[in-house]
Amino acid sequence: MTKKTLGFIVRSLPYKTEASRLALTHAIASQSVEIYLEDGQTVEPIVCFIGDGVLNCLKNQEAMKHYGDTSIGMHLENALLVDLKVYICKEDVERLGLTEDQLLLDAERLGADMKAEVVPYATIEKVMQEVDHLQFF
Amino acid sequence: MGKLTVGSFASLVGSLSLDFTVKLCEAAVKKGHNVDLWLSGNATMLSKKGQKSFRDYSALQKTIEALLATGKFQMTACEACAEARGYHKEDTLEGTKRHSMDWYLASCFSADRVLLIGGD
Repeated sequence: MTKKTLGFIVRSLPYKTEASRLALTHAIASQSVEIYLEDGQTVEPIVCFIGDGVLNCLKNQEAMKHYGDTSIGMHLENALLVDLKVYICKEDVERLGLTEDQLLLDAERLGADMKAEVVPYATIEKVMQEVDHLQFF
Repeated sequence: MGKLTVGSFASLVGSLSLDFTVKLCEAAVKKGHNVDLWLSGNATMLSKKGQKSFRDYSALQKTIEALLATGKFQMTACEACAEARGYHKEDTLEGTKRHSMDWYLASCFSADRVLLIGGD
C-alpha cells in the first residue's frame, strides 16, 4: 500500500469565505480517490483547525435555518463519519475564550466512531512537518 | 523534471491571485515541469470559454490556451463548483476537464509539489 498524507490546515473563518467549506469537502473527497489511482494507492487527509479557523468547529451552527445551506458543522460531522483525523488547536480555542463543550467533537448522531481532538499546537506542527503535502485554507 | 499540482479557489476577476497562479504555472511549464491546475470555487470561471479581454480586468484565456497547447499542462475545474455557478459542460474551454474533487487529491498523490494559491 502506497499512501500519501495531505494536511488540510484551516485558518479561515466559517461562512465569511468558501475556504473552510472547500477544505472539508476536498478532504472528504478522499473517500472516492481510488477511482483515479492504481491498486494499492491511497491518500489520507488530516484536517487541522488553527487560529480563527477553530470557529468552524462550534456546535449548533444554523446555516441551514438561516441560509438554507449545509453548515460547516455538518461537513465536520461527515469528515468524522468517514474516519478522517481532525485536530483543533487548544491554544486558539482558549484564546477565543471557548471551551471544549462548545465544540463539535463527535458525530455520534450519525454513528461515527472517530472524534475530533483538541490538541496543543505542537501536535499540529508535528503533523505539518510529517505530511507529504500541506495546504492552507 | 517534476510534476506540480496547483489548486486555486480565487476569483478570475476581483483579485490577482489567479493571475499569479497562471504565471507560476507558465514559469513551471517553461522550465519543463508538468503542471496540473485544479480550479475550485470561484476559480472555476477561469475554464469558461468566451471570456472577453478588457484592460481593466484579468484576461487569462489566451495564456491558458497556449499552456494547454504545450501538452505539459492540464487544467481541471470542479464540476459541482461550476454547476453551482450556472456554468455548464458546454461552456467549458476546449482542452479543459471537469471532474469531482477526488481528481484533485489523486493529482496530489502523484505530485512532487502541491501548492494551494488564493482562496476568497
